[in-house]
Amino acid sequence: MRKAVIIGAGMTPVGEHWKLSLRDLAVEALLKAMEDAGVDKVDSLYVGNMVSGPFVEQENLGALIADWAGLGNIPAVKIEAACASGGAAVQEGVKAVLSGLEDVVAVVGVEKMTDAWPSDATRYLAYAADAEWELFHGASFVALNALIMRHYMKTYGYTEEDLALFAVNAHANGAKNPYAMFKRPIKVETVLKSPYIADPLKLFDASPVCDGAAAVIITTPEKAEELGVPKEKWVEVAGMARAIDTINLANREDLLTLKAAKIAAEKAYKMAGVEPKDIDFFEVHDAFTVMAALSLEALGVAKKGEGAKLAREGQIAIDADYPIQTMGGLKARGHPVGATGVYQTVEAVLQLRGEAPNQVPDAEVGLTQNIGGTGSNITVSIFRRV
Amino acid sequence: MARPMQVSRYWRHFREKYRLIGGKCENGHVFFPYRQVCPVCGSKNVEEYEFSGKGKVLTWTIVRNPPSGFEYYKPYPLALVQLEEGPVVLAQLTDVDPEEIHEGMEVEVVTRKVREFEEDGIILYGYKFRPVLR
Ligand SMILES: [Zn+2]
Repeated sequence: MRKAVIIGAGMTPVGEHWKLSLRDLAVEALLKAMEDAGVDKVDSLYVGNMVSGPFVEQENLGALIADWAGLGNIPAVKIEAACASGGAAVQEGVKAVLSGLEDVVAVVGVEKMTDAWPSDATRYLAYAADAEWELFHGASFVALNALIMRHYMKTYGYTEEDLALFAVNAHANGAKNPYAMFKRPIKVETVLKSPYIADPLKLFDASPVCDGAAAVIITTPEKAEELGVPKEKWVEVAGMARAIDTINLANREDLLTLKAAKIAAEKAYKMAGVEPKDIDFFEVHDAFTVMAALSLEALGVAKKGEGAKLAREGQIAIDADYPIQTMGGLKARGHPVGATGVYQTVEAVLQLRGEAPNQVPDAEVGLTQNIGGTGSNITVSIFRRV
Repeated sequence: MARPMQVSRYWRHFREKYRLIGGKCENGHVFFPYRQVCPVCGSKNVEEYEFSGKGKVLTWTIVRNPPSGFEYYKPYPLALVQLEEGPVVLAQLTDVDPEEIHEGMEVEVVTRKVREFEEDGIILYGYKFRPVLR
């Protein structure tokens, strides 16, 4: 089978980009990635995006972005898997390369969320849930995660303080990332004192509404050599998989198991030939603090019910055994929903090239996990230094 | 702003949303809402099944920043209710003091207004759960 390597990466800072549109952001990230790889054309484009229709009245992002980036008459499509759209777009790009149909593929993830009123943004994000059986009843996306959070705390005896530690860790790491939305460390008290949005979930348990775009260029090692891309820039896509679970949270077999992540992780580990202990850093999907805990459990890093314990024991910091959210995670870097999976990929690439502002010493293997819906659509990808 | 929901879209779910009718497969698995394929065993031999409407609060929250269209009701309690027949249903709780809500609280189904659209819009009714009246 062919192999896939990432040879270029680019991103915009995450934030409230009042002066930039969705297309400006996407084109900027894409051109940076192409410049990084030293390529001026690609065979195709995959766009990770979740809700551009409601947010900015724009679909057909494949044509829009390829056109405005000057990529010519190539095939270009949008890939949607709720908040996992970015992770899914990267995987579709890799699949295109592995299949042999395309040799040099561009993937860009983009989301423009701050042009909408907050309550409309809340509604659009809830489109990832089940419209008839969740949103109909006034369930916001935050509320669904709050239901999980309360159940997790109740079942395993954790406090709001325990979960706040994930936010503290994310902000500590994000403080060093020039592309992060929040570059300020916070204390547990900051989280606890922030207002409830859906009890027991507080403002600082949640990732922000924001804008951003990130991009990568994927090819084969042979083609990378032919293009003259220096080997220090290559990062191998060693394993990847994804899976779905019930879209409606009420239909879940077990509220506290991210089954889709578990299934995807097992496959990705097998494909890469690694185990959780071999992974040097994890970019997990901490859209909400409880999701970071559940993700660590689903990825096999912690036993069931012990994800939050890892935070309590200090095992998730950069210099600990299981560093997570090395560039701030969704919580501090920001979570421009459909772009997040591509940001995670870009950050993994920087870590594995040794170029991260918050470098994990001697990082050789990294994992990204991107969650769509309330755990209903999940991607896991494993990257390795070449 | 969100546009009024089409009448037909709402009307399709009358039975489920007014009477809590779900499905039961040939192997006895019950589920809500109704669907053509049993989510447990995959059987396509499914018939309608009406739930008793009695259940317990599995977990709950108070929605303080609602999606547009629900601002009028905020803050409101939302819960996952485990029906006595097994399936879990997401719904708002009603006729309850938020201070009294707790996991395991016994609740029963009632029909209530769920949402109202602007001036000329339709009014949506559906199930909510309230503490069991003794
Ligand atoms: Zn069945």
